[in-house]
Amino acid sequence: MSSADLTRFTAAETAAAIASREVSAVEVAQAHLERISSVDGAVHAFLHVDADGALAAAARVDAARAAGTALGPLAGVPLAMKDVIVTQGIPTTAGSRILEGWVPPYDATILTRLKGAGLVLLGKTNMDEFAMGSSTEHSAYGPTFNPWDLGRIPGGSGGGSAAAVAAYEAPLAVGTDTGGSIRQPASVTGTVGVKPTYGGVSRFGLIAFSSSLDQAGPCARTVLDAALLHEAMAGHDPADSTSIDAPVPPVVAAARSGDVAGLRVGVVRELSGEGYEPGVQQRFEEAVALLSDLGAKVVEVSCPHFAYALPAYYLIAPSEASSNLARFDSVRYGLRVDDDGVRSLEEVMSATRAAGFGAEVKRRIILGTYALSSGYYDAYYGQAQKVRTLITRDFAAAFEIADVLVSPASPGVAFPLGAKVDDPLAMYRQDLATIPSNLYGGPAMSLPMGLSEGLPVGLQVMAPTMRDDLLYQVAGALEAALHDRWGGNLLASVPELAA
Amino acid sequence: MSEPAVPYAEALREFEPVIGLETHVELGTASKMFCGCDASFGAEPNTHTCPVCLGLPGALPVVNARAIESTVRIGLALHCDIASWCRFARKNYFYPDMPKNFQTSQYDEPLCTDGYLDVEVPVEGGTAETVRIPIERVHLEEDTGKSLHVGGATGRIHGASHSLVDYNRAGIPLVEIVTKPVAGTGARPAEVAKAYVTELRDVLRGLGVSDVRMEQGSLRCDVNVSLNPPGAPWGTRSETKNVNSLRSVERAVRSEVERQAARLRAGQRIVQETRHFHEDSGLSTSGRSKEEATDYRYFPEPDLVPVAPDPEWVAELRADLPEAPSVLRRRQIGSLGLSELDSAAMVNAGALDLVLATVAAGAPAAEARNWWLGPLAQAANAGGVEPADLPITPDQVARVVAIVAEGSLTPGLARQVVEGVLAGEGGPDQVIRARGLAVVSDEGVLAAAVDEALAASPDAADKVRSGKVAAVGALVGAVMKATRGQADATVVRRLLLERLGVSE
Repeated sequence: MSSADLTRFTAAETAAAIASREVSAVEVAQAHLERISSVDGAVHAFLHVDADGALAAAARVDAARAAGTALGPLAGVPLAMKDVIVTQGIPTTAGSRILEGWVPPYDATILTRLKGAGLVLLGKTNMDEFAMGSSTEHSAYGPTFNPWDLGRIPGGSGGGSAAAVAAYEAPLAVGTDTGGSIRQPASVTGTVGVKPTYGGVSRFGLIAFSSSLDQAGPCARTVLDAALLHEAMAGHDPADSTSIDAPVPPVVAAARSGDVAGLRVGVVRELSGEGYEPGVQQRFEEAVALLSDLGAKVVEVSCPHFAYALPAYYLIAPSEASSNLARFDSVRYGLRVDDDGVRSLEEVMSATRAAGFGAEVKRRIILGTYALSSGYYDAYYGQAQKVRTLITRDFAAAFEIADVLVSPASPGVAFPLGAKVDDPLAMYRQDLATIPSNLYGGPAMSLPMGLSEGLPVGLQVMAPTMRDDLLYQVAGALEAALHDRWGGNLLASVPELAA
Repeated sequence: MSEPAVPYAEALREFEPVIGLETHVELGTASKMFCGCDASFGAEPNTHTCPVCLGLPGALPVVNARAIESTVRIGLALHCDIASWCRFARKNYFYPDMPKNFQTSQYDEPLCTDGYLDVEVPVEGGTAETVRIPIERVHLEEDTGKSLHVGGATGRIHGASHSLVDYNRAGIPLVEIVTKPVAGTGARPAEVAKAYVTELRDVLRGLGVSDVRMEQGSLRCDVNVSLNPPGAPWGTRSETKNVNSLRSVERAVRSEVERQAARLRAGQRIVQETRHFHEDSGLSTSGRSKEEATDYRYFPEPDLVPVAPDPEWVAELRADLPEAPSVLRRRQIGSLGLSELDSAAMVNAGALDLVLATVAAGAPAAEARNWWLGPLAQAANAGGVEPADLPITPDQVARVVAIVAEGSLTPGLARQVVEGVLAGEGGPDQVIRARGLAVVSDEGVLAAAVDEALAASPDAADKVRSGKVAAVGALVGAVMKATRGQADATVVRRLLLERLGVSE
């Protein structure tokens, strides 16, 4: 096998090849590092590549294998990590100038787990600053480009993780999803992206944007790969109070089962029609028809309060962000400007925040500060929390008549760079379909459902809390049928990027 | 700096006071409120820290269960209702000693509400009256780091050249106990405030939840005071911070009553503000105005799940509460066999524990009482400290009492020994040796002094000879003076009477 071939394998195939000594973990890591060298100049998925660390980690896996140690199901598989997850000894910026040069002294719980499972960290991926955005254009370090069309956005905020996976720079990546930051990039890059149940995956070490909504999850090229990564990173963490102390749902088994016969699939009336591109709508209807062909019972459900999800989200998330981002003040770490020994502490803090945060982050800090202000709290933050309750009730009612819900994952295909960057509301509407699950807390996934105008679009599957397995069950069945129809993975048609 | 003042008693004849106290107590848990860092006092700066208490990006809090337990126990001891469900909240403001620039605290859902504490306040004549202090709430939060402002004249941030921050204290569990406004304290608001903090300290100590050392900051008080003309609505209050001893609590209320009365009398208004108390002068200076209230933008802490104390667990904690200090005190006083008047005096002087400890060390109760309410209370007063803070231990006092009882010291010499101990000259035996303080009962040595005394006061000698034996006291005094108090007064008296040929 050539090293280029090694990057074409799925994570499951790679792990099997390593376990059977067909290839070494070092060879796999080397192949991916070479791939990154050759294409990332065009894609810009990575903010930091840790080649030495990756090769050392891969060598440890090979040594363990040689010593006869039992290896986990993903041992030796390369991994990219969104730069909002802290990594000991490796710079972590969250896409912001204010954290430039900061090297965390500790690892996020999920990284500790993934390292323990033998995954090999290649580097840190680009993102909208502090995960605020839907295009990765709000990164302080320049945008990431969509491997399907380098003139288009890869989605956001986790555009780097999705693009790295789509461009075969890494078979797996970790993203985070506060309002759609895993699913919308997955949708527009033709990859699989999952937001697990809130509390299903530890947030310890995830730089907080909106604490009650943030959730880390897997990005992959197949449903099974996503399930394998999901299983490796999930589970109770005593260091995260909001982590759920219960067994991880059987996601890998569900991905493999591929059976939806008799499963009730609810089409959410409010997540279609106006605001969704016709091509997206068409692929969606075909995917629903395919599910029906596979034996699922398709029903229509109504979630009337989803109409208020976007405004509620844009009160809750910025409110929490205004508080979470207060710690970036130049005192203990990160950027410090204008500290000339004359300016006061307040002046240095203020100048640092003015210089270190980008426009979108500032916009949300101001929004959130306002929404929490005395006299406005009840009207904004308080009211948004009530809407959140109503949306949760909508989900509960819908799950009375359907086992899972489906919708398009994003309203359109990847848009050209710069198209919405000056229109925040248009940008915010990218997350129309994904935000309800964050407000509710239940798991949701985007998987490819075909092309529109030659670009990928994703189907969203939503399930009740701690029934993440249902997502994989539906997605596994649908993916198999679609791969049959397409003659393989949609990503096989990603243009060749290397020179 | 010093503002006009109306004398305390006069001010309180003219105005009615309303006081309120906010007390912060650092809990004595082994680890911090939201992380596993060591919570002990006195380590090298910034050695008890981790990503959580430094507020590093990505770090998350986990509640210290022992801190919840301690807070519930405090609430129960103060007769509060314990919430069946409550949340932490973020209090947002920027300050460099607060790592996250928000403090994880409690806002509208405190753990404990609506309690009271009965305190004994001294009244004229030496007895005490019980005053019930209503408790508004008891809640749990994290302490901030400690800032040291260097290079300025005042130690405050204004004028400093730079600041140092020690985050060892950041994240120490802190309980805030807030009283409701206390009206009707009449002429004694300062005394009530001091009695409340004293009693609260004893309650906390009895619970074993904190070492309650005001000088180390593990018990800190903010004192609110307002005045109003009789019958009028309550006045605007000031909040005096940095009140860090029992004595200062009393002084802070007193000085604020005096200052506010002067302003009101002059037709000026009281500014709602934070004031800083200065231990040296006993006065406070104006700090931050609170007329434009800081907006802390409180909201429920999304990184923590709600706290829901199990009612059965709360019932167990209630059943296991120690005896209240007031009950314990009555029982202990009863065992001493002293009068109610003495008891009140000991409590008021903050000397009861010391008397009990002295008795436990072997001294008779009356002797222990006499020392602590007499010379030692005077010494404490003169030094501006609490008796407990004097550099003499109950054991040492008991030793002095024992030496007197053996006859090796006269009462006068004993006072000199105690003075020596207080002056830092060592323990009682050391002082006796160093100062050469021993009773002289050698008749040969005393004979000369007796002869001198008789020669110097022939009138007194004649009186005694003529049968007025009581007049011998003056002669004994003269001998004692001549021997610098070291003579055994009993021997002197016998020698004098023998010399004068008088028998009793």
